[in-house]
Amino acid sequence: MATEFSFPDSAAKAAKVPAGLVEGTEFQTEKMSLSMGPSHPSTHGVLRLQMELDGEILTKCDPVLGYLHRGDEKIAENMTYNQFVPYTDRLDYLAPLANNMAYAIAVERLAKLEVPARCQAIRVITAEMARISAHLMGLGAFGLDVGAWSVLLYSLHEREKLYKLFEELTGARFTTSYTRIGGVTRDVPEGWLGRVNAFCDQFLPILEETLTLLTRNKIFMDRTVGIGVISKADALAYGLTGPNLRGSGVPLDLRKDKPYSGYEQYEFDVPVGSKGDCYDRYLVRGEEMRQSVRIIKQVIAKFPDGPWYATDAKRIFAPPKDKVLTSMEELIQNFMIVTEGPQMPPGEVYFEAENPKGILGFYVVSKGGGVPWRLKIRSPSFCNLSILPKICTGCLISDVVSILGSLDFVMGECDR
Amino acid sequence: MASGNESTSTTATELPLAFLRGKGLAATERASSDHPAVDVPLGEVVVALGHLKSEQGFDMLMDLTAIDWAEGASPRFTVVYHLYSTTRNVYVRVAANCASDTEPSAPSVVSLWPGANWHERECFDLMGVKFVGHPDLRRILMWDEYPYHPLRKDFPLAGIETALPDADVTAETGTRVLSAPMAGGPFVATSGEINLTEAEPRAKDESWADRRPRPDQEGLKQVRE
Repeated sequence: MATEFSFPDSAAKAAKVPAGLVEGTEFQTEKMSLSMGPSHPSTHGVLRLQMELDGEILTKCDPVLGYLHRGDEKIAENMTYNQFVPYTDRLDYLAPLANNMAYAIAVERLAKLEVPARCQAIRVITAEMARISAHLMGLGAFGLDVGAWSVLLYSLHEREKLYKLFEELTGARFTTSYTRIGGVTRDVPEGWLGRVNAFCDQFLPILEETLTLLTRNKIFMDRTVGIGVISKADALAYGLTGPNLRGSGVPLDLRKDKPYSGYEQYEFDVPVGSKGDCYDRYLVRGEEMRQSVRIIKQVIAKFPDGPWYATDAKRIFAPPKDKVLTSMEELIQNFMIVTEGPQMPPGEVYFEAENPKGILGFYVVSKGGGVPWRLKIRSPSFCNLSILPKICTGCLISDVVSILGSLDFVMGECDR
Repeated sequence: MASGNESTSTTATELPLAFLRGKGLAATERASSDHPAVDVPLGEVVVALGHLKSEQGFDMLMDLTAIDWAEGASPRFTVVYHLYSTTRNVYVRVAANCASDTEPSAPSVVSLWPGANWHERECFDLMGVKFVGHPDLRRILMWDEYPYHPLRKDFPLAGIETALPDADVTAETGTRVLSAPMAGGPFVATSGEINLTEAEPRAKDESWADRRPRPDQEGLKQVRE
């Protein structure tokens, strides 16, 4: 299950910060308080760190959130289930397709609705492509944070190709809003799968080349190996998920452990790290992209025929437009769903999906009807950031930049 | 695939419930569409979660939130915990009703999972549930001086006009945090015989009046003349 990695020795690294310095007893220095962000290139959005410094060493770190708080949960209570899909794009805006899928499956579980195999396959392909594109951005930004410019150029170039494919499939490069409750907005275009396959073929060698820029790079390793170590126990206690948890050696991947959308049919490995430092988290992300390519190729190889939306869900899925314009029954169905929203039974569900940043969860409480009573979004970035005060204390200020880059968070999702 | 949960739910539904009852706790079954769910009395939450964590392998607190069942409902607030076991790959939902409908509070579980710290701060911020025993119960998404709890059902979607977080900016500019222009919203067009420009949820353009007509209409007039 786990992929083995070998790690360079970094015993010298551990002894980098003498313990006495943190106490501030050896030098009679005055503590300085410094605010990093909310508009700082290495905080990847609008995170603010209120830091207390002793020289260059952090004695306290207090993240200040909320600069991007839009009240998504409040908004969700005031609109129908399908109307909320565009808002899920804006959670982790580097992987909207994966968010769309997680939200749709959560609501479908509430309705006890199963989507056909073709729809599941489309969702898996899009989610894995989103994972690649999100990790590419994460990788490029991480490299940039620690001074490696060229990685960003390579990864954005590849991401652009993915965005072209997204645009062809969904009509939008960025805010895709691709899923609907009970299906997706449209079937895959003709020849699209072939183009995805061609992308995967040419992507793997480029990925190797890109990762080579960092994996044995002396400067990169100096900045990441042994920095920001998160122990297994801490990672679990703070609710870390995704590559950050797996980097600490916990092989939790919901695609394997609690498969959804047909992930159980595909073979892939779950990479885990051994030390839990910034370098491990980087390696895990790199390997995950290779595994995503593996999954995509398997889906394409046995891409199922049949309907791409739940055909028996008359009160939930609005039928395709060509049918609405030609058939009376579909017209009525479309009208009811547009005006009243998909009709849900009362109940509550909690569904989590393995997203690029970690586990994205939706807790939906319904009293019946077309509007959720309460919709809680469990955002992986929020939980991943909650460990910052613990791991940043005692670090050098330049290490904070590495740690933030390696945690790979998105504030749109964190602040909601 | 929806069947992923159903396969486990029939056998596992009794498990957490029977386990907690066996520990002498007054747990009752909670209606759920997917995972096993239990209701526990508010005072026994920490004990119940502690037992689930140490003896049933629920090592991760995935989510902590609260539900507001609207003004007038009693109990009005319910705190909900979702636990996940990385060894058994199952979830459990634990819920507890808050005693007070006006000033809800719940015991803090930061001692069990340090990760609960931010979840509880968020829940306090948006829902107004006070977590007793929390080491640092401050707002997290809204600013510290913000006077409301926006996720409560009696808080309007448009928001309520309040002061800016920075008093010095307000003193200088007189700006306040305004509520959103809903213009007949939220996000729906009213049906019936109405003027559609008034019904659409968008801000109205008031810059053109009779005395100062829109330039394009003026142009039209000249063409007609």
